[in-house]
Amino acid sequence: MATYVGKRLLLLIPTLLGVSVVAFLLIHLIPGDLVTILLGITAGQNEQTRQALIHALHLDRPLAVQYLLWLGDVLRGDLGHSLVSGFSVRDELARSYPVTLQLALMAMAIALAVGIPLGIFAATRAGRALDASTRVFSLLFISAPAFFIGTVVIIAGARYAPWLPTLGHVSFTESPARSLLTMLPAAASLGLAISAIIARFTRSSMLEVLGQDFVRTARAKGVADGVVVYKHTLRNALIPVVAMAGTQFVYLIGGAVIIEEVFALPGMGRLVVNAIYQRDYTMIQGAVLLLTSAAVLVNLAVDLLYHVIDRRILYA
Amino acid sequence: MSDPSRSTAPRLARRALRSGSLLVGGLIVAGLLVAALFAPWLAPYAPTRIFPGAEIRPPGSAFLLGTDEVGRDILSRVLHGARVSLGVAIPSVALAVVGGTTVGVSLGYWGGAPDLLAMRLFDILFAFPPILLAIALVAALGPSTVNLVLTIAVLTLPQFAVLARGATLALKPQDFVQAARALGASHARILGLHILPNLAATLAVQASLSLSIVILVEAALSFLGLGTQPPAPSWGGMLSRGRQYMTIAPWLVLAPGLAIMLAVLGFNLLGDAQRDLLDPRRAGARGRSA
Repeated sequence: MATYVGKRLLLLIPTLLGVSVVAFLLIHLIPGDLVTILLGITAGQNEQTRQALIHALHLDRPLAVQYLLWLGDVLRGDLGHSLVSGFSVRDELARSYPVTLQLALMAMAIALAVGIPLGIFAATRAGRALDASTRVFSLLFISAPAFFIGTVVIIAGARYAPWLPTLGHVSFTESPARSLLTMLPAAASLGLAISAIIARFTRSSMLEVLGQDFVRTARAKGVADGVVVYKHTLRNALIPVVAMAGTQFVYLIGGAVIIEEVFALPGMGRLVVNAIYQRDYTMIQGAVLLLTSAAVLVNLAVDLLYHVIDRRILYA
Repeated sequence: MSDPSRSTAPRLARRALRSGSLLVGGLIVAGLLVAALFAPWLAPYAPTRIFPGAEIRPPGSAFLLGTDEVGRDILSRVLHGARVSLGVAIPSVALAVVGGTTVGVSLGYWGGAPDLLAMRLFDILFAFPPILLAIALVAALGPSTVNLVLTIAVLTLPQFAVLARGATLALKPQDFVQAARALGASHARILGLHILPNLAATLAVQASLSLSIVILVEAALSFLGLGTQPPAPSWGGMLSRGRQYMTIAPWLVLAPGLAIMLAVLGFNLLGDAQRDLLDPRRAGARGRSA
């Protein structure tokens, strides 16, 4: 176990370095002369600001040196300054990150709370009406983009529940209860899409375990149906579900970026989209780096958790 | 390799006919293709034609799905939207299939240091939330249909590469490949005649599922204003601009939104049905339950 954890932690280093290389190269993908493009956004085009920018971004050095210098800055917590506002990228990210994190966690909680019971019901009533309707539900929500679900939620909310706050944001530290409530529609829109995937996966995982010998043995020796389902089967069936839910986190973070635009939440998504409209490349770079690192770390955590739950897996 | 599949062909055909997913998915995809190919003849009006004084009309006899905020026929725009959506999705997935299969089969067949290196690289790419990387890449390159297709192709390619590599690794030690090699068949002959035909079905399943994902990604990028640029009628863009009026005129967002959903659903069903046909164990599990 310890060696496995050590190995996974060691693998984290090349992965995060790779992520940083991609984030770094992003700015260099912009066609045209970088300095002119970057300066076109900010104030003057005079030689002094030009030289200052070249110096600040280390553009007068070879690309590999530029990367190492940039990486050094990043590791010291310096992500540079916004090309538009001049504010520190780190401070801007620190302001919007909690919103996106809250949204992603709430969406995942909703997805698990809806998806797992639905999958269990479908599996235990396989072949009956509830199973069929769960399948239709899953297919529809897997196919619907979260930004469309969100839009429908807003339309329906305005029409049938005008007292429900669907837009706007209250920060969690200000008022936790109100914060959770105002974010609920956005989190539900994002979570429902993933709950459909989780329900389908839970169903097939349950069916697989229900067909195994030890379940038949338990039934044969007269163990009550509920105990077979919840004690024998569910515990085993949930292991792959946990792993799958973990992989969905990467998509969840991407989805959060878009759903924030729909519900006007001041999170990372809003930040990225605004940065793109304003061609604020350092901001985009910082946001991509932060969100992807978060996704990598969540993946690692889920992977380790998976191995704690399932001790049968060899730590190869 | 082709003999066993021939003997199961009637059984496959019978299962295919019984599969509801295949029928519904196939019909939806066929409808999409017809809409995309024949949009100019099927649509009642040109997608960019503006009817002055007919802004935000509800669905009715003159405009079956109503009109948008500048007075354009929504039905015509949704039909032409299929052309925009598939026009990005099909070329990018085609590029990803060709590129990914070439890379994956070569890595699996020859292995060695390039294989190890490429797999690490793919691991890094998989770490990125795909939509985020797509947003960042398109933002850096500038939004255009060509950049969109290339970006999505590059992001989709690793899935096919990993799939093709794994399948090649599984096929390589099998007797018929080893026998071909012992008989002195060239690498090109082994790859083209023995490996690739056995990969085709798996890749076809993944292609259907990838198309459904890519349609979503294109819609999401257009929704953010980074995809296909107006006045081209992209579903994501229509949905985005319609949001301003959504509470008074919900058809502005419902029509393109449902179109996206239907397109994704169609390719999803088709992919699922293909997978069930290829994997009798899965189909059996469903047969027991359905």
